[in-house]
Amino acid sequence: MAFDIFLNSSLIILTIGLLFKIAQWFSFKIGIRAENAGLMQRAFSAFKGVLKTIITPKIFILIYVFIIDVLFQYKILKQDFLRWFMHMLIFWGFMLLLFMHALETLISDPFFPNYYSTVNPYMFLRDFFGAMVLVGLSIAIFRRFFMRIPRLKTNKSDLYAIGIVAVIIFSGFLLEGSKIISYSEFRNMEEEYSALDDKDDIFALESYWVKYYSLVSPNDTSEVPEDIMEVGEEIHNDSCVDCHSRPQAAFGGYAVAKVFSPVGNILECISAVNIFYYIHILSCFLGLALLPFTKMLHIVSTPISLITSAIMQRDKACPENIATRQAIELDACVHCSTCSTNCSVAPAFDTLDNANILPSERMMSLRKWVINKTVDSKDFAAIQEGIYLCSSCERCTVVCPAGINLRELWYDVREEFIRNGSIVTPLVLTPYSYNRTYSQDEFQTSLLDSPAREVKAVIAKKYNKVKHSDDVLSLTSADNNENNDISLVDNTFSSCFSCENCTNVCPVVMNYENPEDYVDLLPHQIMRSLGLGLKDLALGSEMLWDCLTCYQCQEHCPQNVKVTDIFFELKNQISKDCFNNNDKEP
Amino acid sequence: MKKFALFIGCNIPVKVKQYELSAKAVLKKLNIEVADIDSFNCCGYPLKNIDQAGWLLSSARNIAIAEKKSFDLLILCKCCFGSLKKADAMLKENNEAKIKVNKILSKEGLQYQGTATINHLLSILHNDITIKVIEEKIIDKYKELNIATHYGCHALRPSDIMDFDDPANPSLFDNLVNVTGAKSIEWESKLDCCGAPVLGINDNLSYDLTEKKISNAKNAGADFLCVACPWCQMQFDKIQDQIASKRGNVYNLPSILYTQLLGLRLGISKEALGIENDQKDETLNLAFQKLFETQEKKVKKAKKEKKAGVKVSEKKVETEAEPEKVK
Repeated sequence: MAFDIFLNSSLIILTIGLLFKIAQWFSFKIGIRAENAGLMQRAFSAFKGVLKTIITPKIFILIYVFIIDVLFQYKILKQDFLRWFMHMLIFWGFMLLLFMHALETLISDPFFPNYYSTVNPYMFLRDFFGAMVLVGLSIAIFRRFFMRIPRLKTNKSDLYAIGIVAVIIFSGFLLEGSKIISYSEFRNMEEEYSALDDKDDIFALESYWVKYYSLVSPNDTSEVPEDIMEVGEEIHNDSCVDCHSRPQAAFGGYAVAKVFSPVGNILECISAVNIFYYIHILSCFLGLALLPFTKMLHIVSTPISLITSAIMQRDKACPENIATRQAIELDACVHCSTCSTNCSVAPAFDTLDNANILPSERMMSLRKWVINKTVDSKDFAAIQEGIYLCSSCERCTVVCPAGINLRELWYDVREEFIRNGSIVTPLVLTPYSYNRTYSQDEFQTSLLDSPAREVKAVIAKKYNKVKHSDDVLSLTSADNNENNDISLVDNTFSSCFSCENCTNVCPVVMNYENPEDYVDLLPHQIMRSLGLGLKDLALGSEMLWDCLTCYQCQEHCPQNVKVTDIFFELKNQISKDCFNNNDKEP
Repeated sequence: MKKFALFIGCNIPVKVKQYELSAKAVLKKLNIEVADIDSFNCCGYPLKNIDQAGWLLSSARNIAIAEKKSFDLLILCKCCFGSLKKADAMLKENNEAKIKVNKILSKEGLQYQGTATINHLLSILHNDITIKVIEEKIIDKYKELNIATHYGCHALRPSDIMDFDDPANPSLFDNLVNVTGAKSIEWESKLDCCGAPVLGINDNLSYDLTEKKISNAKNAGADFLCVACPWCQMQFDKIQDQIASKRGNVYNLPSILYTQLLGLRLGISKEALGIENDQKDETLNLAFQKLFETQEKKVKKAKKEKKAGVKVSEKKVETEAEPEKVK
């Protein structure tokens, strides 16, 4: 009765949760694909897409991916054998327990006519599958907490996932062990299967079970004569042996029984079997009910991601379906950190102290962000920095065991940020922007120059700009007295005598008829500004960001002024002064 | 011979795959072994604008990984090369920076020591393998092919650190091109930047500079631009197409990677070098035709005719057979 109530309510919560998740997948807007498509339209497109896949040869890709990547998890194997071994143990152990043990009335009973959970091989297999999961979990804990894999981060959802599975399996073993020694369980079985009337017969069977089946009896059976034991064996052979193997086969439960047996009578008094039973089923039902809201959702979302990413091509697939796929991908991420351990720009995480530089952490942030899409928080600034600090090497996409097309996700989210006009990271003004222009056709990029313009506007606000060469410069604001210990590349700028060599060889200057109209200050003027203590003027100059870093100026300077390197130093200062780099994470 | 770790950077595996393909094929032909290392990261070059500490750490980590496995670095990209080489120089000079970097690297069990040498592919070809050996390995020479060599800024300058070639009058790349029988032509703005560093920051400026270089090379009579850097290749290839479609200025001057140019003459097939020559445009077609015309085809023909009458020694047959095999 209680069982049914718990089961049904957890199934109801599960169903509602899954429907809620599916509704989110069809309504969450992430990226720039299908911005205006509504829930129904996207659901309809998805339905069409699924239908198209099933009735075309694409179905074979689907089957192939399901076998290789979902059941066999080849993508994990390619990355890391230990992790694959761990996950296979947990996945297969748990799935087999689910089908053989949890769903025994639906699967084992009808398909295996001789199925009895207390008969070998099933009795042994149940423990074997449980042990598989436990070994897998031990490896998982070892990996996460003892191996110290760089950039492998563990968050609450990872702990929950390990925790819930551990509780289910452990309580199962405890339940089994306490059942083996339980006297009341013995009496129930005796009543059900042998229905003995004679007290002596019951005692005989009991004695036999104490000796061979690890039963803990409140009666003293230590000095039972041989003939009574024989009677017990006879009854056992008549009533029990067909349906009950010896408990040693259930090696996990048997070990627990051996540990418990000294206190067997106490456990009997507190009805430990019931306690463990409820822990076991409640943890199962809790796991089931919370599945849509926890990491365990990956049992559903990750296979979908693996299959859709193998089937869908960006240029051919319907944009609404790409938008939906990207929403699912947020949930398909299992935070395994494979992307982060392979990420090309991960070392920047060590100097910029922003977890969002690591793709796996960025996924977690985006998952939260997509719900409200708040753009003025510090979290959002951190996500932006992460999105922009990407060398487009696509390693994350290649290695992702969940098949998430991270490359497209980063692109689309970045475009979404740009369209909202909310880009405020100096990374826009670095070669990390290259790929945006390079891949503009593939990603239908619009507003190509808007990020640079907006970031430059932030910089312009901070510093004095001199637009006309006949403007009078005030030297009273000179910051000569500042003289901080970070030299502009060892103060070489002070050797500048304005020969203008740097300016004359600069290909950027040469590109314009009236270069001052474009770059504000010419290279030699920047060096002179620094010499005059007008650092602000230098910092506000567009020239810094148009600099190709080709080192022509520095190479040709007769005074060994490190012109290009000084530019770098100025740009670094701007990014610190204007964008508050160190204050990203609250 | 030194042991080299091949550093391909971030662009090559995604956008210029043919560079890795052709470089490996050429190096194999020249008996240079290179190791692939998966744990390399971005050289940090793009980060330099806003966070030099991040750049330094990124470069140092790569050098430290190579050092740990006792490799020297063989780098394909000019910007990665510049980035690592400058970081190496800075870390050798600045002990404080080195300590800082090593403190972070030690978390991963890495240490920068400064023992690995940092080399660009072209230096290895020119200085270690030498022009003489390349000439011996070349099976036949280009007949008539004008090449505009593009040196790439970050390899040449700042010359006191890079030590790549004479920054004002370099000859290394020209020598490498000339040995294939192609002619490295003189052209205006040969040593200038390709424009890649500001693409995405100031697209118009980048297009201007790229266009100027392409047009200068074209005017000087080049059949191909020749590069040894993925950024420059992307700029002269896809960005040239963008310039054509956005500005309407069509040059149709193809750009070829040096490893492809050399590889063909070492007898490596165009497929193994990743050369796609199914051009629709006539100008491009003409250029690619020249790429497959060699001086010695005529000579070979004559030899064959001669062979029909005269018995040749086995050894000679063997050397003759090699180019045939490849075809």
